[in-house]
Amino acid sequence: MADAANAGGGGSGEGGGQSRRDFLYLASGAMGAVGVATVAWPFIDYMNPSDAVLALASVEVDISGIDPGMAIKVMWRGTPVFVRHRTEASIESARSVALDDLPDPVADEQRVNRTEWLVVEGVCTHLGCIPLGNSSSEPRGDYGGWFCPCHGSHYDTAGRIRKGPAPANLPVPPHSFIDDTTIKIG
Amino acid sequence: MSSDATFHTNSRAIAWIDHRLPIFSFVHEHLVAYPAPRNLNYMWNFGALAGISLVIMIATGIFLAMHYVATPDKAFDSVEHIMREVQYGWLIRYIHMNMASFFFIVVYIHIFRGLYYGSYKPPREVLWLLGIVILLLMMASAFIGYTLPWGQMSYWGATVITNLFSAIPLVGDELVVWLRGGFSIGAPTLSRFFALHYLLPFIIVGVVVLHIWALHRFGSNNPLGIDAKGPQDKVPFHPYYTIKDMFGLGVFLTIFAAVVFFAPNYLGHPDNYVPADQLTTPSHIVPEWYFLPFYAILRSIPDKLLGVVAMFGSIVVLAALPWLDRSPVRSTRYRPMHKWFFALLVVDVLVLGWIGAKPPEGIYLVIGRLATLYYFLHFLVVLPLLGKFETPKPRPQSIAEPVLKGGGGPAAAPAKPMEKA
Repeated sequence: MADAANAGGGGSGEGGGQSRRDFLYLASGAMGAVGVATVAWPFIDYMNPSDAVLALASVEVDISGIDPGMAIKVMWRGTPVFVRHRTEASIESARSVALDDLPDPVADEQRVNRTEWLVVEGVCTHLGCIPLGNSSSEPRGDYGGWFCPCHGSHYDTAGRIRKGPAPANLPVPPHSFIDDTTIKIG
Repeated sequence: MSSDATFHTNSRAIAWIDHRLPIFSFVHEHLVAYPAPRNLNYMWNFGALAGISLVIMIATGIFLAMHYVATPDKAFDSVEHIMREVQYGWLIRYIHMNMASFFFIVVYIHIFRGLYYGSYKPPREVLWLLGIVILLLMMASAFIGYTLPWGQMSYWGATVITNLFSAIPLVGDELVVWLRGGFSIGAPTLSRFFALHYLLPFIIVGVVVLHIWALHRFGSNNPLGIDAKGPQDKVPFHPYYTIKDMFGLGVFLTIFAAVVFFAPNYLGHPDNYVPADQLTTPSHIVPEWYFLPFYAILRSIPDKLLGVVAMFGSIVVLAALPWLDRSPVRSTRYRPMHKWFFALLVVDVLVLGWIGAKPPEGIYLVIGRLATLYYFLHFLVVLPLLGKFETPKPRPQSIAEPVLKGGGGPAAAPAKPMEKA
């Protein structure tokens, strides 16, 4: 390339043609790179979720039919959310444990809006399976909360990880009480 | 980087791979060192432009397929979803939609260039035939692709075109049902069209490879239509024609971008933004503009079967061209009579295109029939006779000769471009 540039450069003096040709190469190369990046962006962004998907959808859940000790599963943004009506014993067991004993220490009070209602995303923080334990007939694990059948993670009655490979507690989605029998998730 | 046809590298890794899979040598041979006639004009840009158009169609098409749903109840809505909700979906669809038109513009110019400079003549007949195969595959892809948005024109265009096959004696009606997978255009038609629309472009890529393979067997034709006599008649493809192609691409994409951003629906038909309705045919059905000349031929024949035969025959006759044109002279520059008939053919095809967009009645029908008549006369009568009666003008001895006339010594000058390279 260098030889060709020298021979064909046509610059005023020796070296002049060389640097002028180099400048042209760099300038057009840089312009080309900017052009490619500009055109690539629409294609990359095309694959992102659209605004319709991103819009924070919210669902309202009627909780009047959930007996103490039971939980239901609702869909929110394409993932399951557990809404659990906790018994006195469950609340007691969640609050009596020392924070130092937890792999992901968060106090039970910080995870609930109303003491007897626990709302958590029903997706295991290990590899994304749905843990069992909403009804009392399903295995609830060693701590009375949920048990993930895929790789054996045990969650307690506050949805916190206690044992197994999962690294974090079940996330608490944003939620609020519209009235005593309706929760708005999202 | 040189006149040197063999590939050299200082990188041991590249040399190691190239020894086992000579892909770098291959690219060097066909895209870098490939000796091209030194006198190619801008008409020779359109092959490269067609290749790039194909790549753009495939790239945008793959992305469109990510959000498109090929079912009758979802197809139209999914296209509108792409247009309104998916980020840059409007851009990618408008590129795909308009590049289809630009692809045909480029290919038609490419074909007329071949007609003018005699690029179909020996020894390039197979190269030409492969080009006709590509044209047919393109037309099939374009027609099928136009069905996918499931608008009124999509639906009724598909109905009319599949019905063409009902003109075939004996098996016609059964064939149409088989093509559609039903008694009318419906869900099975749409999903098979989508599958084929995704497949055909890759088959086109395969035939393009054969087309280039055949091209590089004897090298490009050139505006003088005479064979290159030696290295003084040629320059390496890179940098001479890579740069020329890049410049042409810049001009092409500038015009293209102007259409995509300022008149994206200019070449389309508004009726296709109305969802397909099986109970109402639009009052005025026209195909996309690039099919209009063929559509005009179809409608100018008053018999159903013969109309279909004439329409397909208008392309088949192109395939027979290397054997119809008996003149030994390739370039029309040296064919004083063919020049005028060629110009007449260009006008004729433009007239056919204009007639194709008009209702088939009154004066339009008469003009359409005359234009159809000339189209076939040109290939079947005029060209064979010209080969006999035309006296060609004297042709230059070599490609280098007219360039060098009057300047420099014949010994020193011809080699100069090669030294530069």
